[in-house]
Amino acid sequence: MVKDVIKQILGIAQDIYGKILQKKQPEVETPLRALSNVKYDEKKGYFELNGKMKKRTLTASSVKSFAQTLKMLDLSKNIVDTNDIATKREAYYVSKNWGPARFNEQPESDAVMDDIEAMLMVNREQMGFIPEEKGGDIAGKLIVIDKDSDTGKEIKIDCTKMGTGAYSIPISVEHLKFQTNAQFILAIETAGMFQRLVKHKYWKKANCILISLGGVPTRACRRFIRRLSDDKKLPVYVFTDGDPYGFGSIYRTLKVGSGNAAHINEYFCVPQAKFIGITPQDIIDYKLPTHPLKEVDFKKIKDLIKNDPFVQTHKPWQKALKQLYKMKVRAEQQALAKHGLNFVISDYLPNKIKDHKTWLP
Amino acid sequence: MTRVIFVMAEQTTLTGNPAGKTKTKAHELATKQRDISVSEFFEKNRHLLGFDNKRKALMTTIKEAVDNALDACEEARVMPELIVEVIEMGNDRFRVIVEDNGPGIVKKQIPNIFAKLLYGSKFHTLCQSRGQQGIGISASVLYSQLTTGRSAKVISRISRKHHAYYYELGIDTIKNKPLIKKEKEIEWDKDQGTRIQLDIEASYLGGSQSIDEYLKETAIANPHATIIYTNPKAEQIIFPRVVDQIPKEPKEIKPHPYGVELGMMMRMLQATEAKTLQVFLTKEFTRVGSGTAKLICENAALLPSTRPRTMKREMTEQLMKGIKETKLIAPPMECISPIGADSLEKGMRKEINAEFYATVTRSPTVYRGNPFVIEAGIAYGGDQPGDHAVRMLRFANRVPLLYQQGACAITKSTIATGWRSYGLSQSRNALPVGPATIIVHIASVWVPFTSESKESIAHYPEIMKEIRLALQDVGRKLSSYVHKKKRILAESKKRGHIETFMPIIADSLKDLLGLKDDDKDKIEEYLSVILEHTRGNLEDTTFDPSKNLDYDKELASIGRNGEDEKSGHDDPKGDDGKKEKEQEETGAGGEQ
Repeated sequence: MVKDVIKQILGIAQDIYGKILQKKQPEVETPLRALSNVKYDEKKGYFELNGKMKKRTLTASSVKSFAQTLKMLDLSKNIVDTNDIATKREAYYVSKNWGPARFNEQPESDAVMDDIEAMLMVNREQMGFIPEEKGGDIAGKLIVIDKDSDTGKEIKIDCTKMGTGAYSIPISVEHLKFQTNAQFILAIETAGMFQRLVKHKYWKKANCILISLGGVPTRACRRFIRRLSDDKKLPVYVFTDGDPYGFGSIYRTLKVGSGNAAHINEYFCVPQAKFIGITPQDIIDYKLPTHPLKEVDFKKIKDLIKNDPFVQTHKPWQKALKQLYKMKVRAEQQALAKHGLNFVISDYLPNKIKDHKTWLP
Repeated sequence: MTRVIFVMAEQTTLTGNPAGKTKTKAHELATKQRDISVSEFFEKNRHLLGFDNKRKALMTTIKEAVDNALDACEEARVMPELIVEVIEMGNDRFRVIVEDNGPGIVKKQIPNIFAKLLYGSKFHTLCQSRGQQGIGISASVLYSQLTTGRSAKVISRISRKHHAYYYELGIDTIKNKPLIKKEKEIEWDKDQGTRIQLDIEASYLGGSQSIDEYLKETAIANPHATIIYTNPKAEQIIFPRVVDQIPKEPKEIKPHPYGVELGMMMRMLQATEAKTLQVFLTKEFTRVGSGTAKLICENAALLPSTRPRTMKREMTEQLMKGIKETKLIAPPMECISPIGADSLEKGMRKEINAEFYATVTRSPTVYRGNPFVIEAGIAYGGDQPGDHAVRMLRFANRVPLLYQQGACAITKSTIATGWRSYGLSQSRNALPVGPATIIVHIASVWVPFTSESKESIAHYPEIMKEIRLALQDVGRKLSSYVHKKKRILAESKKRGHIETFMPIIADSLKDLLGLKDDDKDKIEEYLSVILEHTRGNLEDTTFDPSKNLDYDKELASIGRNGEDEKSGHDDPKGDDGKKEKEQEETGAGGEQ
């Protein structure tokens, strides 16, 4: 696998060198990573790239990225050759040594890294780059089997024995193994709600695994849920706020991936996930306290309906979004506390999980 | 030579009532009422003729002499070579010497031309000439006499076969007659030409309204002339000839009926030798045949056989009405002799070191029956300052106009032209701002000035329109140059940007593929080749001050020291921030 990455990088470099020797315009082509270049196949269950490419060559607008791409390939090759790793942040700092090709902000270097990922069709960990971001806390009926980095010996981590704390999903999850007899996985948007459920040992009551997403789930978090769910055949329920961000960014990305990372969505998504968060209908049914939608929220709803292939495929989502747009309000998970602090445990979640009709696809 | 059309004497004559027994106040006043001679009138109204102050007196004197000299040379088809000398004699006195190589003046006429006011006007014909500037050289002679008491010293010779004559002249101001103080034959090293020397009270200052500037601008508008000028600091400046062709000789034409006003018509009716109105119209005017003359008479309800001398004011007014109602062909245009776009550009090149020049000569047009031609030019960029209002150079029949810029139709039309779309900045009701000089020349048989001082052009709509069209013409040329320059600048900036990354590309390929230094150099070299190949050759538009061979630095600096701006056209409110935002080149994610 690692050999392949090196081979691919050298192939690209050789190709460019050959073009230059023929006095032809050298170029690199990378897939366009954007929502406008993804398609959604419900059967496959995730966003796929649509084939549009962007070209980097000796033009005023692309020459810098062209040079940066080559530099980044060079860096990746060196890291892999020396069996080292670099965080995305470190890679960004390395670029400070590249003269005029240096990155001004980390998002720029992340973007070039993602482009190479998409070009080589490997994930960045294989190129020696690891993310800084950590995401996802676990509590509940799960034993994670990891390896000791020194001895290589197996370590069993029992997620029921974390007390009031939680187990953190590591950056790389491919080597993990699982033991569990839980009934389902419950992914929760906010750390606050997660804490409440852990505190009251909801996982024990419902025999489940609790995962805190902490906003839009990281790649590692998505991959972890996917592997766990595939491995143990567990349904995945997602519990978010009742707002466009919870629907369109958190849930959608967890379930089918993102436009930006469309090249690796196949592995970093959880197509079996179901939405049991606050729906617009819940706001009415539970008479939840609300906040008015802001301008950005209206824009986000319109954008989702108009441009998101996932929403376009699923009528119920379109209906829900239109309903929210008309209601002009949003409700948070914590709003359920109106009916008592533990209403969510005693009523909301059991009812939701029982009644499929209240879910969204 | 002094072609003066001037009737002030007539109009200012007051005649007393001769008899009456009882002494009334009117009788008493009548004893004081008498003819005022033109000379006396001038003594009291010198400002009307351009002698308002000492500084202007010097200018007017030189202007009259130079204008006459150039007119004379052109009339005789001689390439003008002028010597102008101004010597400071202390006590605000200056000696002005102007010498030409023109046709000279026959002996008999010398006193009349230089020492009699209102002499030499060609009344019934019109011809483009400089000599509209005032009352002529005799006014300068009179001024000299009034301020210094010295006589004018004139030498003139009409050919090698004739002697040169020397005169010392004064003016009898009561009788308006020349006073010949000395008269003799002399040896002169010139084959032909005229030289006049005047001592006048004056003051010499530099700046934009100085005689230095006046002569410089004269040289621009008369690129066929050589002027050798010695200023009061005893510095000699030569304005060399840059065009070896005398301007086309303007033909004299008779007036066009549309261009004649009531007073003039009445005088013409009195002066004519024609026996009938119909003959008068055909003989004295251009574009009037016997048929047209009849038609005019018909429209005027006058008999074609009316005797012109018998026509009074009412009848003349009827005639004017008749003319107005008759459709007439525009006057012939051969009476106009423009500088020519090429010559104008050469004239500009010599004085302004710019990157870009554009000039245009419009087709002749007519205002009130007077044919005229507008020429315009613009010199852009180079070493001209960019944060000031543009420099305006105005000319009428090749004569620079240095005063009253704000009141002039040329300035008004320049302001009314939208310069922003041509690449200069401009705020409302102001001259454009930018590194440019704008030249406008009006050539006409009769240039309409706003006042007696003849320093700005009147606002005739036809003239304003022509000026605007001429400026738009050069403006469009300017705009395509400015935009091309901008484009090339942007392109070279882009190339520079691309080239910055070539060593980085070469370096990373070297590292990735384990290449040698030689290979790396080769990559860089080939990348340059590829860049050149894909983007084409880049035209060089950088300003090279040595490229303009006609440019004369010394000449350009004349009149520049001690700039005393007369009119506040330096509008600092000019919208400078208009600079186009350069395309931003962001790095990562900057895809096309």
